[in-house]
Amino acid sequence: MLLSEVSTTSTLFQLIPWIVFFPAIGLLINIIFGGRMSEKAIGAVASLASGLAFGIAVLMAIGLAQNHGEPVVVPFLEWIHIGDLQLDWTFRVDTLSNVMTLAVTLVGTLIHIYAIGYMHEDVRHQGDPGRYRRFFVFLNLFIVMMMILVTGDSYAMLFVGWEGVGLCSYLLIGFWYDKGEGGIGNALAAKKAFVANRVGDFGFLVAMFLTFWAFGSLDFANVFEKAPEIAQTMPGVVLAITLFMLLGVTGKSAQIPLYVWLPDAMAGPTPVSALIHAATMVTAGVYLVARSAPIFVQLPQAQNTVAMVGGLTALFAATIAVGQFDIKKVLAYSTISQLGFMVAAVGMGAFVAGMFHLVTHAFFKALLFLSAGSVIQGMERGEHHVAHHQQDDLHAARRKKKQKEAHTFDPQDMRNMGGLRTKMPVTFWVYLTGAVALAGVPPLAGFWSKDEILLEASHLNMPVYILLTLAAILTAFYMGRQIFMVFFGETRTAPAEHAEESPPVMTIPLIILAILAFFGGALNLPGLHTFEHWLEHTFMAFEVELEALPFSIPVATLSTILALASITGAWALYGRKPLQKKQPDPLRKLGWLFTGMENKWWVDEIYWFLILDRYVDLAWFLADEVDWRFWHDWFHEKVILATFNSLSRLLALRVDLGGIDRIANGLADGTQALAACMRRLQTGFVRNYALSVFVGVVVIIGYLMFR
Amino acid sequence: MDFLTHPLNVVTFFPLLGVLVILFLKEEQKNTIRWVALITSLIAFGISLAVLVQFNAANPDLQMSINLPWIQVAGWNIHYFLAVDGLSILLLMLTTFLTPISILSTWTAIDERVKDFMIFFLLLEVGMTGVFLAQDLFLFYIFWEFTLVPMYFLIGIWGGPQRMYAAVKFFLYTMAGSLLMLLAILWLGINQGTFSVPELIAKGGIPADVQLWLFVAFALAFAIKVPMWPLHSWLPDAHVQAPTAGSVILAGVLLKMGTYGFIRFNIPLFPQAAVKAAPVMAALAVIGILYGAAVSYAQEDVKKLVAYSSISHLGFVMLGLFALNEQGIQGAILQMINHGLSTGALFLLVGMIYERRHTRIMDKFGGLWSIMPIYGALTLIVSLSSMGLPGLNGFVGEFAILLGAWGAGDAGGVLGSHYYAGFAAIGVILAAVYILFMFQKLFLGPITHEENKKLSDLNWREIITLVPLLILIFWIGLYPKPFFGLMAPAVGKVIALVHGAVMAALP
Repeated sequence: MLLSEVSTTSTLFQLIPWIVFFPAIGLLINIIFGGRMSEKAIGAVASLASGLAFGIAVLMAIGLAQNHGEPVVVPFLEWIHIGDLQLDWTFRVDTLSNVMTLAVTLVGTLIHIYAIGYMHEDVRHQGDPGRYRRFFVFLNLFIVMMMILVTGDSYAMLFVGWEGVGLCSYLLIGFWYDKGEGGIGNALAAKKAFVANRVGDFGFLVAMFLTFWAFGSLDFANVFEKAPEIAQTMPGVVLAITLFMLLGVTGKSAQIPLYVWLPDAMAGPTPVSALIHAATMVTAGVYLVARSAPIFVQLPQAQNTVAMVGGLTALFAATIAVGQFDIKKVLAYSTISQLGFMVAAVGMGAFVAGMFHLVTHAFFKALLFLSAGSVIQGMERGEHHVAHHQQDDLHAARRKKKQKEAHTFDPQDMRNMGGLRTKMPVTFWVYLTGAVALAGVPPLAGFWSKDEILLEASHLNMPVYILLTLAAILTAFYMGRQIFMVFFGETRTAPAEHAEESPPVMTIPLIILAILAFFGGALNLPGLHTFEHWLEHTFMAFEVELEALPFSIPVATLSTILALASITGAWALYGRKPLQKKQPDPLRKLGWLFTGMENKWWVDEIYWFLILDRYVDLAWFLADEVDWRFWHDWFHEKVILATFNSLSRLLALRVDLGGIDRIANGLADGTQALAACMRRLQTGFVRNYALSVFVGVVVIIGYLMFR
Repeated sequence: MDFLTHPLNVVTFFPLLGVLVILFLKEEQKNTIRWVALITSLIAFGISLAVLVQFNAANPDLQMSINLPWIQVAGWNIHYFLAVDGLSILLLMLTTFLTPISILSTWTAIDERVKDFMIFFLLLEVGMTGVFLAQDLFLFYIFWEFTLVPMYFLIGIWGGPQRMYAAVKFFLYTMAGSLLMLLAILWLGINQGTFSVPELIAKGGIPADVQLWLFVAFALAFAIKVPMWPLHSWLPDAHVQAPTAGSVILAGVLLKMGTYGFIRFNIPLFPQAAVKAAPVMAALAVIGILYGAAVSYAQEDVKKLVAYSSISHLGFVMLGLFALNEQGIQGAILQMINHGLSTGALFLLVGMIYERRHTRIMDKFGGLWSIMPIYGALTLIVSLSSMGLPGLNGFVGEFAILLGAWGAGDAGGVLGSHYYAGFAAIGVILAAVYILFMFQKLFLGPITHEENKKLSDLNWREIITLVPLLILIFWIGLYPKPFFGLMAPAVGKVIALVHGAVMAALP
């Protein structure tokens, strides 16, 4: 209906389905022909497929620019049609979905390229090169699903992509499904992610049911047009819609209370952590709220709830990040915290600020994860070097001891690192860029987007502003701590001593991402508001007002000072006197506070105790006691069989009354014998029952016929 | 001659021709017997395709009727009446589709008394087809009871160690359930002067309180078959003990006879009672969804896990039917097909590993994906279909059912509360729990048992067995329109009946 009248651009928009097809073709090529292709070819096909999707996204941006940002709808396939329920696969090209497609495919393509190098080493390190192809198939599948998610024109299609990316996440977290703690750790992490997400999906589903029966449709345009009216007539329903939707958001975007799956998701290979569990998939919840802006703005209570969940998550996760030693876990909790910033932003109505932070975060967090991957592989190369060196060693006894040590060696533990600045210079510089961007130091990307969120919060929601500011202080601190622990001081282990830099196929994407993380803030500089004007078209279409606040010197100065101060604090603790071998973390002096942060405030344990263990107990109780012992055995024997036995005895008596004693006695005995036989499960039984039942039926029929 | 070449007669009784041929073969000619059975069932499938081509999807009424007076004694007006409509066409297709697949799956699994096995199997197909086509209550009852016999022997002869117990239990429960239904059928036939279902519907006029009794009598028979909680306790035995092909047909088709009975008889014949009973039926359905999912999770035997998951899945079907609106009923009918495909495929997959390892205890496995990558990938797809991932068939049905049930929960709807759909939706979470648990136990983690290292991946015959199911799993998931198109007018007619009844019941 909104199909553009401009014919030249509308043909351009017809290309939008290819944003899904290209990666789909890529994965099919790799499934069908991948077995005969070299690793490089497989990686190239997958990267090209993702790159072409990026090309389509760019074309759509051009088309939109020519089209003055007017949204375009491209019908593609009829899906579920039942009565009033009309669910179609229709593509929606507007500036909001375009931002998502651009960010996802750009970062996605860079990560594909990086993974060519990373997975080459990873599959060998883990000892199963055969899985190289599978990795790229899954990665392309992820791009397919993510594109469906962000380009769908209805909640139903969004949900298709939503569950689809969840599946890819499951497959990729469990990529090394035979590794991890006890050999099963990764598989358990994958399952945890899927189930936690399903809890969120339950919320999303219910939100959709409510929406359909209140609005009569799941298409964005229909729903948003009616939103003001329905919010007037049935505010309770609309509030329920937003809150159930929020449950979905907490699942996918890892917010309180469902965030617990994301740290475990780090079991996936590092490119996966970067792409899915930092830059793109986890931001789907933010996208969902931004997309549903016309509904959320109707109800301040809904907005406040979302903002508060985001604010609390931002601070809570930041405290945990401070107490972690695993290089990826720090980044994981940081991601949860940063997602909290975004959710808080879109929650309080600062949709542009939230989306802006989503984009810059995609750049610098992908950068950080990939650099962390580079660090980890650098450490593994060092470990390999050490182990290899030992084989030449003459002292067998010492070798054994060392091997034992190497066996428990954790290349992701920051306490095993130190001094990597000189060993891996490129990685160091890009990591530093990412960290400073995340910490919010001007003029890097993170500063601008985070500052915009804080600025909006200072106007719209003071409690959330305070939460976010505290979180920002911790952010700068834990990133400082990480940089100093990993890259500065002396090397603390032999593998760190022998760590080596990664190959160009990995470092070049890193450098590109570093440039993006550095200059990404230019997207929406104060005064220019390019990004805001771009997104305006989408939000204004449904009368969601966007108000660009003027740049505020006090807010910006305060957050800059706080960021620099906490980096200095980190330097004082970890940089001035670098950590020595086996030296405990200086923060241990905080006592229980640090123990709490290190142990993630025992939230996992609480969930297990309160919910999961209870469910397992209940399931076993139902299965063993209720279903089997009571229902299957006792009820069957004492009620069903007993009834049949008495029925057949009754029949026997009837025959007896006929006066044929001998036969009657025989039958009665036979019946009792049959009852005994039943317990011994004998063959002849059923025929007799069928017979007795049949006789009974005949009697009844006869009665009915001749009464 | 017309009678013999009538498409519905041909599709129903063609397998008898195969039986006849097999009767003349010797027990030793195992492969010939297998081929004869397979080709017979494939031709039957072809005939059903021809029926599908002739079927007019736009027509809500019964089509291709063959309606002849049959038993006309003592004032009984029993007809030989076969016809097909939108409620049954898909189930007919499912029956003829799953039979050759099941036969193919027995190729190496069944090696004793192949002759008897195939005869019973083809007879079973006749019975099942007849159940879905019969439009005369008496004729229906005969087909209905007839299916028990071959199934009883399939479980009792080729089943696992506890096969006799399971077969007897299966027979006993279904038989017991049917008794009251027979009484109800006779009452209807004698009082209304006809056994023909469309005539009975057109005649109507059964007082509401009598409707309720008749509804209960029919419902008991069907609910045991479905099986609805709490009448399910025969199911785990029958499934676990049955040979693979038996489980596939049992789950795929026989259970659908129960749900089909509700939509074909209970709801149109006793619409007022159906509206009255809807909350109770929906409540039992929701309990079944959650109970089945929880009990599934606490299993050690993978076949038992799948068996209990059926209780959960069919709970969804029942919930959809008793939402009594378009989304609910269409979703439910589609979900009958989906369950036949997904659970059928799961039983095939379980059978394949059982044939290799002779155990189904999940602790004996682990890490199979590395050893059997094709098997792992296919099981993953089927599992995802079973847990309702969008893009695969299960989601389409579940989504429509839950959406319909939610709508029925609005004020003034037949259910009148959103708790039904709300709790049922929790089943979506629990499904992920038991399905992923199963997948993890079998396929993920390290290889813990030496015996598993030598397992061979699927062979071509096994892959061919599964591929048709996978195609439909994707087809329904991505483009369910033709399937809904087949049933929509007929479902609309049922709903109009229900609405009429609700209106009539208003003071």
